[in-house]
Amino acid sequence: MSSDAVGDETPRVTHTGGMAGKSDGQGPADRIIDVPGLQALVDRLIARGYTVIGPTVQSGAIVNAAITSVEELPQGWGDDQDAGHYRLRRRDDEALFGYASGAQSAKPVFFPTEEVLWRGRRTQEGFTVEPDDSAGRDAPYALLGVRSCDLSAIGIHDVVLTGRVHGDVAYAARRAAAFVVAVTCSDPGGTCFCVSMGTGPRPEQGRGAPYDLSLTELLNGGPHRFVVEVASERGADVLDEIGAGPAPAEDVVAGDAVAEEADARMGRHVDTDGLKELLYAAADSPVWDDVATRCLACGNCTAVCPTCFCTSVEDVTDLTGDLAGRTRVWDSCFDADYSWIHGGTVRATTKARYRQWMTHKLGSWIDQFGMSGCVGCGRCVTWCPAAIDITAEAAALRAAAEPDERDAGTLP
Amino acid sequence: MSTQDEVATERSRTVDSAMVPRQFVVTASRRDTRDTRTLELRALGDEPLAFGSGQFTMLSAFGAGEVPISISGDPTRPEVLQHTIRDVGGATRALVAASPGTMLGVRGPFGHGWQVADGRGSDIVFVAGGIGLAPLRPAILEVCADRASYGRVSLLYGARTPEDILFGPDLRVWARDHDIDVEETVDTGPHAWRGRVGLVTQLVARVAFDAAHTLALVCGPEVMMRYAAQALIHCGVTADRIRLSMERNMKCGVGLCGHCQLRELFLCVDGPVLSYDRLEPLMTRAEL
Ligand SMILES: Cc1cc2nc3c(=O)[nH]c(=O)nc-3n(C[C@H](O)[C@H](O)[C@H](O)COP(=O)(O)OP(=O)(O)OC[C@H]3O[C@@H](n4cnc5c(N)ncnc54)[C@H](O)[C@@H]3O)c2cc1C
Ligand code: SF4
Ligand code: SF4
Ligand code: FES
Repeated sequence: MSSDAVGDETPRVTHTGGMAGKSDGQGPADRIIDVPGLQALVDRLIARGYTVIGPTVQSGAIVNAAITSVEELPQGWGDDQDAGHYRLRRRDDEALFGYASGAQSAKPVFFPTEEVLWRGRRTQEGFTVEPDDSAGRDAPYALLGVRSCDLSAIGIHDVVLTGRVHGDVAYAARRAAAFVVAVTCSDPGGTCFCVSMGTGPRPEQGRGAPYDLSLTELLNGGPHRFVVEVASERGADVLDEIGAGPAPAEDVVAGDAVAEEADARMGRHVDTDGLKELLYAAADSPVWDDVATRCLACGNCTAVCPTCFCTSVEDVTDLTGDLAGRTRVWDSCFDADYSWIHGGTVRATTKARYRQWMTHKLGSWIDQFGMSGCVGCGRCVTWCPAAIDITAEAAALRAAAEPDERDAGTLP
Repeated sequence: MSTQDEVATERSRTVDSAMVPRQFVVTASRRDTRDTRTLELRALGDEPLAFGSGQFTMLSAFGAGEVPISISGDPTRPEVLQHTIRDVGGATRALVAASPGTMLGVRGPFGHGWQVADGRGSDIVFVAGGIGLAPLRPAILEVCADRASYGRVSLLYGARTPEDILFGPDLRVWARDHDIDVEETVDTGPHAWRGRVGLVTQLVARVAFDAAHTLALVCGPEVMMRYAAQALIHCGVTADRIRLSMERNMKCGVGLCGHCQLRELFLCVDGPVLSYDRLEPLMTRAEL
């Protein structure tokens, strides 16, 4: 593909945006590694001091965990996902990344469920305030196998948690230190709709969070191997260290084909056209009453969503009351306490809470951050015990709104 | 280091937490009513907390939770931090109980305030319900300090009972020395009460202001604020000249925790003070 020599001095973080395929001759040349090469990559990252976090099989699901060997990756596993349904299945090949989004995204790695903000000790004068800066001292993380939708979700968190006046210091420290190896989805799940949200299925520089390397897995026409897109200087360095050679042109083309096929196999779809306005106008829609009869307000959707960022703050004291810690913890807009003010809960009904969640994800997020709060990963659909499907609810709201809009003459 | 690292490192350096409190010491505690006290605080190290009228802090007694409380003091005297707190639950009880010498945690000041100076050259109508007078007090003091710049100024104040009336001495000074038309009313009063009984929103029609040149600042329970806004609109004040201070659960004060959202608004950052043209469509929908 590219005529650029590997290791030249052109900056690697080129925000070209919207590249369709990768065999377009931009950026440094793709490389190729085989499965032992992938192990060498993991070894190099560990040698550079990273804790490598990758997908593993645990309790019947794909779960991120610290790994040291490619043998811990879910080789030969795929998944079946549908509303309220998740099951691993055996593939008829040895793919290492042949499944869609796992139970959790990178969210808990950078933004753990609990984080100590500061600790204090009672003293004669009052109390001490000792900020917790341990996040900066954690071993840096290298994430292996980040999906394109999840890269966009990390990009959203970067904006929400570090892109405004005040930010989440611990998150910023972990993010700054992280190395990211993305992966192209070859086998999207039944609940995926990244294509609708413009976030996948293939990682693209300039879309979502930056990454260092991106793998596209090839199983046919040769040994089991990966086309590696080089997206940062240190990514190139690591590949040089393991001696990864340039990718043959036919492998680069085969990689593009993997992405194109995935693109055509999305399980779900959302019509995003005018969706924010639709949601704002639909605040009194009977569709919310209907969802409320099914929703358990369990908050699973917010816990698995890679972009949900709501938190609460808790003061914890020891038994003597002389030691206290203030912790920020994940919270959910489905919780009754979430909107509690003296005198009552603002969103007392499940209807109001589901409306808040979905309107935020697909609507008000755009006003707040200039982008949708949904990346189309499908997790909220898969992990909802009541099989509630955000794509189906969006379609129902649109269908319910259209007759009104026709009456009002805004639609033909 | 790659460009990407530098961008990320730079970002981590510039990210300002704002989640760690500064230590303040209570220097005075005054009982206002049976459930409300005003605390005066000074920063450890004496660095003043400059603030704008209508801004709030996140205030905490050690280990007892942190809550949003408006600053009720004088913006021209930032060396003294004043908070007027009504005891309604766990965190506020601990704050109200803080005696002189007690250390409290303070984060802030946060939020978008009254910007009362926008009303220079016009009439001002303050409408307060209950503890809602506390967040308005800095704005009233600002107007008093620059009284000649404003036209007619009135303060309509409703409390539950005569015993619940806050800042009694202030109310008299404002009326006597600063030419403010102070109108009080209570929900219920004993036989001996000679003042008005009834809703504060009914007072709107009783005071004089030039509706076309009026800025109205309203703080109190949400229903009261909605009725007050409607009454003001009825008198001819336009929605963009009516400002309300909104109350929602707040855990961070800086747009990170999500709790204070009202559709697209983060009330801790975009508010708590917002004009009624912005709020009206959001306040008139139940449970938004
Ligand atoms: C911008 C702003 C300014 C405020 N200014 C003042 C003031 O000047 N004086 C004053 O007395 N009160 C003020 N309040 C209300 C005050 O924050 C609540 O009374 C207080 O949070 C109640 O906490 P609690 O633990 O004592 O009560 P509980 O009912 O036990 O509350 C439990 C938790 O719910 C949350 N919560 C409960 N009520 C409220 C509420 N009304 N607003 C936000 N969160 C709440 C808090 O996180 C609290 O810790 C203000 C609120 C806001 C949003
Ligand atoms: S939508 Fe589903 S996952 Fe989310 S709160 Fe309701 S029942 Fe739980
Ligand atoms: S709303 Fe659902 S599909 Fe969208 S990003 Fe969150 S979990 Fe994924
Ligand atoms: S109080 Fe946390 S976002 Fe507003």
